[in-house]
Amino acid sequence: MKIAVCIKRAADMETRFKIAPSGTSVDETGVKFDIADFDGFAVEAALQIKEKEGAGEVTVISLGADAVQETLRKALSMGADKAVHLKADAVPADALAIARVLAAELETGGYDLMLFGRMAIDAANQSVGPMAAELLGVPCVTAASQLTIANGKGTARRELEGASEVLEFPLPAVVTIDEGIARPRLPSLKGIMAAKKKPLEVKPVQAGESRVTVIKMELPPERTGGRIIGEGPDAVPELVRLLQTEAKVL
Amino acid sequence: MTDFYAIDSALSEEERAVRDSVHRFVDERVLPIIGDCYVEGRFPRDIVPELASLGVFGANLPEEYGCAGLNNVSYGLIMQELERGDSGVRSFASVQGALVMYPIFAFGSDEQKRHYLPKMASGEIIGCFGLTEPDYGSNPAGMITMARQQSDGTWILNGAKMWITNGSTAQVAVVWAKTNGDKDDKSIRGFVVPTNSKGFTARDQKGKLSLRASDTSELVFQDVHLPADAILPKSGGLKSPLMCLTQARYGIAWGAIGAAIACFEEATSYAGNRVMFGKPIGGFQLQQARLAEMLTEIVKGQLLTLHLGRLKDAGTMTPQQVSLAKRNNVSVATDIAREARRLLGANGILAEYASMRHMANLESVYTYEGTHDVHTLVLGQAITGLNAFQ
Repeated sequence: MKIAVCIKRAADMETRFKIAPSGTSVDETGVKFDIADFDGFAVEAALQIKEKEGAGEVTVISLGADAVQETLRKALSMGADKAVHLKADAVPADALAIARVLAAELETGGYDLMLFGRMAIDAANQSVGPMAAELLGVPCVTAASQLTIANGKGTARRELEGASEVLEFPLPAVVTIDEGIARPRLPSLKGIMAAKKKPLEVKPVQAGESRVTVIKMELPPERTGGRIIGEGPDAVPELVRLLQTEAKVL
Repeated sequence: MTDFYAIDSALSEEERAVRDSVHRFVDERVLPIIGDCYVEGRFPRDIVPELASLGVFGANLPEEYGCAGLNNVSYGLIMQELERGDSGVRSFASVQGALVMYPIFAFGSDEQKRHYLPKMASGEIIGCFGLTEPDYGSNPAGMITMARQQSDGTWILNGAKMWITNGSTAQVAVVWAKTNGDKDDKSIRGFVVPTNSKGFTARDQKGKLSLRASDTSELVFQDVHLPADAILPKSGGLKSPLMCLTQARYGIAWGAIGAAIACFEEATSYAGNRVMFGKPIGGFQLQQARLAEMLTEIVKGQLLTLHLGRLKDAGTMTPQQVSLAKRNNVSVATDIAREARRLLGANGILAEYASMRHMANLESVYTYEGTHDVHTLVLGQAITGLNAFQ
């Protein structure tokens, strides 16, 4: 079983970040980067499938500047076998432009299973995986919270509001992974050492025209302090009145 | 993560990756349970297999023995992160790696290395280190534990050791003893002693008010019969156990900064949230002075350990340099923990917060592995060439 996992280098959502003076990107000074959250789940899903099958190969692929190699090595240190760096100056904002580059690489690899995170935690487009599937002409299941492979077929479970859905599909296929899959493993110290010796291939790519551009980024407005309008049951009528007339939420 | 001087930029990608893995492990597996372990006075044994599979034990020893083969800066960062959790957890790893695996690696036979090191890296065998005796702490040269070689080459061990971390958990003890009735410290040799040997007893030391999440024991050897090959063949004289202590102290210098960072971060967070006189207490000058002093000493300690680690990796580090770092970093960490405890006000005495636990732990760290005072004299001797020990 040949499995590919497309991963994105994204800011660790626990770090506080600022918007760069340009107003269209994040100031990366002091920001910690890691495998984007859902992509980490996808790596874990791939490793578990390989371990369960007792054979196979997991290739991690990432598009971006040289810094993505650190992200790829993290996936290698978790247990992936090899990495491909699709080298470009930046990741375009246009999901289709990203999907085209990734699909071209995936097409050459002869993969049985191609995993993505449900969405990149920063761009949150949720569309690169499905677009890549479309370009490759293979079935696509999005937001899988469970994934099993048996007899050349895949079975995925999707959680919907208050219900779940189980789908079966032939391979090769694209699956985007939700967080229900087991938590991504910590790279062991031996894994970190081993990652240095695993193959990491660098392929320069040209992302096509990006028809989407970021024109502005802004942080949510600072929260202002609350207001206490009274205490106990006596305050309720005034609270309701203000929620209706001032806050306009009722 | 406290990194006011962008020291991360002086670390390699691999060093950062190691630090981040252990950091996350401590956040997820140590911090949620350690307060209760401390109050209940028990070492969190459950995490030993996980620490082993993470690769923490003997992480700077070679891969051929099942270890991670990391450099010494990475090893130091591991110790820093573990002690950010608790000094008892870091002590466990220090003893396993620096005080048991290291002497077997440095002074052991090929058979000893092949037998013990992989099983100790995997946590299958836990070790302890017996040097200190009830009446010989800062003066280990005076030890009275004695091993006598029999005509068939085997050994009979008699004596007692005290303040032994992991003593009642361990399957194997590296015991330092004088040999064949010779009272000179040149006769000191190391022995690998299975703790299930007849005549070997380990008793928990009760009533500790520090390092409560760590096993500390007294070991007694009464006519313990050891095979001829129990001796560490390349050990010789007091210098051998002191070399082990240099390894462990190196890790302690890093670990203390981890404890200090835990206290500083707790104090900073508390100062931002706790409102008094209508504003967060972090807005008052006295608390700001506390935090500024803490951060300054942490940054100095971080730079000290990083450079010490680079020297160790270059093979030029001296034991006196380790003494300076251990002495300084543990001392400032102890002060930082106490100031953090005070900043937390009444809440600071609760086990729910970490600062007082670290404060109490660090009193042990201040005293063990060469007391603060002994390291002062080591430095005094390095400076003047004059020995103030005698």
